[in-house]
Amino acid sequence: MSDATANMTIYLKVWRQASATAEGKFVDYKVDQVSPDMSFLEMFDVLNDQLVKKGESPIAFDHDCREGICGMCSMMINGKAHGGQKGTTTCQLHMRKFKSGDAIVVEPWRAKAFPLVKDLVVDRSAFDNIIQAGGFISAQTGNAPDANANLIPKTVADEAMDAAACIGCGACVASCPNGSAMLFMGAKISQLALLPQGQPEAPRRALNMVKTHDELLFGNCTNHAECEATCPKEIGLEHIARMNREYTKATFTYHEKVRGEGAG
Amino acid sequence: MTSSKLDNKVPSGDLYAKWDKHKFESKLVNPANKRKFTVIVVGTGLAGGSAAATLAELGYNVHAFCIQDTPRRAHSIAAQGGINGAKNYQNDGDSIKRLFYDTIKGGDYRSREANVYRLAQVSNNIIDQMVAQGVPFAREYGGLLDNRSFGGSQVSRTFYARGQTGQQLLLGAYSGMMKMVNKGKIKMFSRREMMDLVVVNNQARGIITRNLVTGELERHVADAVLLCTGGYGNVFFLSTNAMASNVTAAWRSHKRGAYMANPCFTQIHPTCIPVHGDYQSKLTLMSESLRNDGRVWVPKKQGETRKPEDIPDEDRDYYLERIYPSFGNLAPRDVSSRQAKYRCDEGLGVGSTKMAVYLDFRDAIKRDGANTIAGKYGNLFEMYERIVGEDPYKTPMMIYPAVHYTMGGLWVDYNLQSTIPGLHVLGEANFSDHGANRLGASALMQGLADGYFVIPYTLSNYLASNKIDKITTDHDAFKEAESRVKLADDKLFGLKGKRSVDDFHKALGHYMWEEVGMARSEAGLKKAITGIRKLKEEFWQDVNVPGVAGEYNFELHKANRVADFLELGELMALDALERNESCGGHFREEYQTSDGEAVRNDENFCHVAAWEWSGEKAAPIRHVEELKFENVQLATRSYK
Repeated sequence: MSDATANMTIYLKVWRQASATAEGKFVDYKVDQVSPDMSFLEMFDVLNDQLVKKGESPIAFDHDCREGICGMCSMMINGKAHGGQKGTTTCQLHMRKFKSGDAIVVEPWRAKAFPLVKDLVVDRSAFDNIIQAGGFISAQTGNAPDANANLIPKTVADEAMDAAACIGCGACVASCPNGSAMLFMGAKISQLALLPQGQPEAPRRALNMVKTHDELLFGNCTNHAECEATCPKEIGLEHIARMNREYTKATFTYHEKVRGEGAG
Repeated sequence: MTSSKLDNKVPSGDLYAKWDKHKFESKLVNPANKRKFTVIVVGTGLAGGSAAATLAELGYNVHAFCIQDTPRRAHSIAAQGGINGAKNYQNDGDSIKRLFYDTIKGGDYRSREANVYRLAQVSNNIIDQMVAQGVPFAREYGGLLDNRSFGGSQVSRTFYARGQTGQQLLLGAYSGMMKMVNKGKIKMFSRREMMDLVVVNNQARGIITRNLVTGELERHVADAVLLCTGGYGNVFFLSTNAMASNVTAAWRSHKRGAYMANPCFTQIHPTCIPVHGDYQSKLTLMSESLRNDGRVWVPKKQGETRKPEDIPDEDRDYYLERIYPSFGNLAPRDVSSRQAKYRCDEGLGVGSTKMAVYLDFRDAIKRDGANTIAGKYGNLFEMYERIVGEDPYKTPMMIYPAVHYTMGGLWVDYNLQSTIPGLHVLGEANFSDHGANRLGASALMQGLADGYFVIPYTLSNYLASNKIDKITTDHDAFKEAESRVKLADDKLFGLKGKRSVDDFHKALGHYMWEEVGMARSEAGLKKAITGIRKLKEEFWQDVNVPGVAGEYNFELHKANRVADFLELGELMALDALERNESCGGHFREEYQTSDGEAVRNDENFCHVAAWEWSGEKAAPIRHVEELKFENVQLATRSYK
């Protein structure tokens, strides 16, 4: 732990926008007495506390767990989602990564499918809509088979876990020039496609999720790989590849015929 | 005062058969009638998410509310280490009875036998259910599930998904919810905060919520209300809880008639990253699982100036291994935390603030290799390095206890129903299963047990056995509740004081940590009560809440939460003052052995203290539910 001396000065340029329909603009702030041991969000807390004491409206930003797992924080920092430190969310970014006197530009996620709410807060409910379309295994609560009934090789379980680590923050969408959510969606499709429990619904899942993704105005993937570079959980493009395979396979092989179940 | 309201409804008969008997005797709602009932579920963590999904699957209409932008972010997500299950997959002597016994003993004999036994029984169903939903638990090369050990137990019964078990379980419950949203059986309300409970004819019938984006107050009516709103650790300001975690839903229900049980039972987790500055907003936990391989120590002499890696073994005090040879570094949380505090009080603390101890992986890395250690804890080591700026593969971690979990909560009976009919409380928000101290990897188990396997039975029984009138949100009780909320908002805006909400919250946190933290005394608790009362008065004179109600106003949200924390804080201190014994996380300095271990008073305090709100001006009333132990013998906990 470095000695916590609050000695840095940071110049911020922050996007302020009162509501979804209001006009937005950058506003300059100077923050003194920044300690290198502060997290980026704690620096915002200090600034907001000063704004409140002056009777000004504090900057709205999303945050909750502040330990890099809830996926709520979401700032575009100097043009990079979560600030560009490998495998790190904004709440885990620390001021020791900056120098005193640095100017930092902070913007919200910008994507067609993520409408702005206020200042740095956006609406990411489109992600819930994608999961609703099929990002689950329909295992009704009750008498599931014994947990060890299905053997799953460690390597497969580990790869499924790599994909499942997604925190749904939306950095992939914000970083993508097409505003695509293919990494987010691919991670879920890939996780469930790797596991035996996910097989019965795999084709249906891929078809429905991709359809919903496109309807929600997310763009397509054109292999820029910006998503992979900024993902705070370091989820790889191979999951988009597996999704594409699942989707293609399903397109050719899966047909749902509607049959009546008949009265008993 | 023993109260007739505190009928715990524990079924008669043999402990092992109680739950089966109770399920059979519970009334059912027939499939066609289930769609006539609406259930409000507040909170979408493990308890709320699993309850919402399961009740919707059964056919009820569920209205679910979460404070975040999506239910997937509830703070259950931050649980790292794992979830217990009595599967005995390791063939190491585990059983339902042993999990039950460990949990009762770990809780220092202050929990209800029947609830804990049921928890241990359904623990196995939870593991099965979560695997069926696609939770990628860690596995062995042969494809079987892997387990690890946690504090307070001598078997390996903890299932885990790297250091992200809570996240994976929550995403499992969340995916179940999303499936039912898609089927139209769950209506999801996100970015909502419950501001009040609506009680009609002595039945919980609805809630008032604030839409956190528009600021609008909303009324929601239902046939029953489930509170799954988590714990109140943020009363300490600094805790491992998320920023939005708060007591408001529970506290306002308390003010409407729900008793608050054992509020002073707080868990202070031994392995967190130490405090490093005044600006600090939260504390970060390092999973207890690290104590499987990490060794806790401090230097033997005060004023040690060498780097930890340069201090030879003979100058190190591995104090947990020394004092508790049979449990060693895996002593339970309350015991380990207190020992860390003692070492720092003795001037043996390390780091710049001297308020930390070492957690050292040197020997484990030497024994198993860095790769094996990275496989188990890699993400935790990275997290530590990001926050502290030091590499735990090369130099020991520094850790210190921090507030982590609250065993206390709203009082519930065996059916998880509070003292208000129709108001059920699940997960950390209730008080029932962990006594005075929760064992590691048991919070996830309890949240999911309540939501998946208990409430579906007990709620059906409630709905089938009670007459619930048809009402709408035009009922006077809704109007009254809404205007109460509005009145408080107006008052807050009108103060235009000089201090920020956080100033008050930090001042409250200071009292709580110093006087209602790891060690409590009569004098300290009295000081806290006087101080908190004064702080509350100042708050209602001098707090500054900028802006207006009809907008996204984070300061207003926080002000309401802190107003409730101020009242809760006082009750916690009072509860601690009245409990003249030491047990689990509640350590009264007056009641200890010569070597600093807790001394329980089973004769006078083998009970649950359940507090009744009796208005702003009157003192709360302390009711008592006696705890009867018929299947375990009360003993002094020993981990030596």
